[in-house]
Amino acid sequence: MAKRVLVYRHAGLTRATHWVNVLAFTILLMSGLNIFGAHPALYWGQKSTFAQPWLSIGAEERDNRAVGVTRVGGVKFETTGVLGYSGKLNARVPVAFPSWATIPSYRDLADSRRWHFFFAWLFVTNGVVYWLAGLIGGHIRRDLLPTAADVAPRNIWHEVVTHARLQFPKGEEARRYNVLQKGAYLAVIALLLPLMVGTGLTMSPGFNAAAPWLLDLFGGRQSARSLHFLSASLLVGFVLLHLFMVVASGTWNNIRSMITGRYAITAEEDAA
Amino acid sequence: MSAVPHRRGWLKAAGASLAGLWLAACDRITTNPRGAAVLASAEGLTRRAQRRVTDRKALAREFPASEISSDFRANGSIDPAESAYRAHVAAGFADWRLVIDGLVERPLSLSLADLRAAPGRSQITRHDCVEGWSSIARWSGARLGPLLNQAGLRKNARYIVFHCADSLEQTADGSGRYYESIDLIDAYHPQTILAYAMNGQPLPVPHGAPVRLRVERQLGYKQAKYVMRLEAVEDFAHLGRGKGGFWEDRGYEWYAGI
Repeated sequence: MAKRVLVYRHAGLTRATHWVNVLAFTILLMSGLNIFGAHPALYWGQKSTFAQPWLSIGAEERDNRAVGVTRVGGVKFETTGVLGYSGKLNARVPVAFPSWATIPSYRDLADSRRWHFFFAWLFVTNGVVYWLAGLIGGHIRRDLLPTAADVAPRNIWHEVVTHARLQFPKGEEARRYNVLQKGAYLAVIALLLPLMVGTGLTMSPGFNAAAPWLLDLFGGRQSARSLHFLSASLLVGFVLLHLFMVVASGTWNNIRSMITGRYAITAEEDAA
Repeated sequence: MSAVPHRRGWLKAAGASLAGLWLAACDRITTNPRGAAVLASAEGLTRRAQRRVTDRKALAREFPASEISSDFRANGSIDPAESAYRAHVAAGFADWRLVIDGLVERPLSLSLADLRAAPGRSQITRHDCVEGWSSIARWSGARLGPLLNQAGLRKNARYIVFHCADSLEQTADGSGRYYESIDLIDAYHPQTILAYAMNGQPLPVPHGAPVRLRVERQLGYKQAKYVMRLEAVEDFAHLGRGKGGFWEDRGYEWYAGI
């Protein structure tokens, strides 16, 4: 008979920083979408080339009715109800992102900036605590850095196939992250989240004077703004996939493990 | 079979009400004075942190002429209607004078020719609107530091207030008049100039003729246009609605370095 045992999966600091990050990321994203609404267009380079944004979201008139329009490169999509023109039927307003996705729920650049910068400090502080503790305590090296066996092509292929079938490791294998988890988590904590901070600071004219090399690294302030948006979009993609995997591999078990630290695994028969 | 749609409907309803509660809570914090004050407390942290990691004289990036915008956007006031200002435009700013007073030893009244003769600087810099866009231009103007030295700042002067000719909002009490303020660190920064020329031409009306401020390490709304008077003050609480500028009075940060 398989036996269910609770193993200690997440250290207290990992759990605390995870939930602080959930709060900070949610608010940064939603206030960021509100800020974006003040000038819903993106460019590459140092400056805005107003006639040629690579992405823009707006409202326009078509057949005597307003429609939401999103342009990416030369391609135009009608996005009424979500992007460019949204709200309750018969009470729609021209706004880049819909009310339910922004903080505050109404368009206000001053207020959304207040939210964004307050929670940016919380986000950065939380990230620094996580990284310091992870490096000193060995969490990053022990749990997240892929081993040689992890990155063997056969193993990666095996994980891809089993994930696609929504089959998850059991027994001893469930005690550790698999290579796809390690890769996804490392990409987020080592690449995308630091990229959010770096591109965010590159948009600051004050910080440009302190660290002008950031402008060269990201190719200019408007490029940094585009990368800030794209990196945030990738993070939204990660969160959606992450939530899907949480549900697919056992909602309550996963949530409990991120609250109490205890994760139930099905031990193999002779494991004891 | 009917259990699944039922459950899905329940989950959807629960999710929607949670999201609604979350949004309502955020809106309430935003409009609550105490909530707003907590959120606003990050501004001081940002200002102190940026000032700590930035040399007082560290320069804003200057660009090659090839980066100058051909489509530099003008927003805010772009053609002030005030009759006093219209008269200056009609006269080509011949009688226009920039007043420097307040906490100074020697109040000054300077013509455009005086400003052009003062120690100056030309710089190709980026203008960053708080909305998110950027445009680049060459600005030429009189450096603010030497002008303040000429007027002789008193010991208790802490800020320079820029009084402008335009009203961006029509209000009964005059609080719609544009003004701005900066501290002495920015006032004495080598790139802080009173610009009278843009891309080699006299400053056009949409961009603040005859003179606008350039304080290059901050956002666009600090770059006051149509500047008429500089006032050295110890405190700006008695001006406008007390927050140090037109947009600051409407919720924006006084320190606009980010």
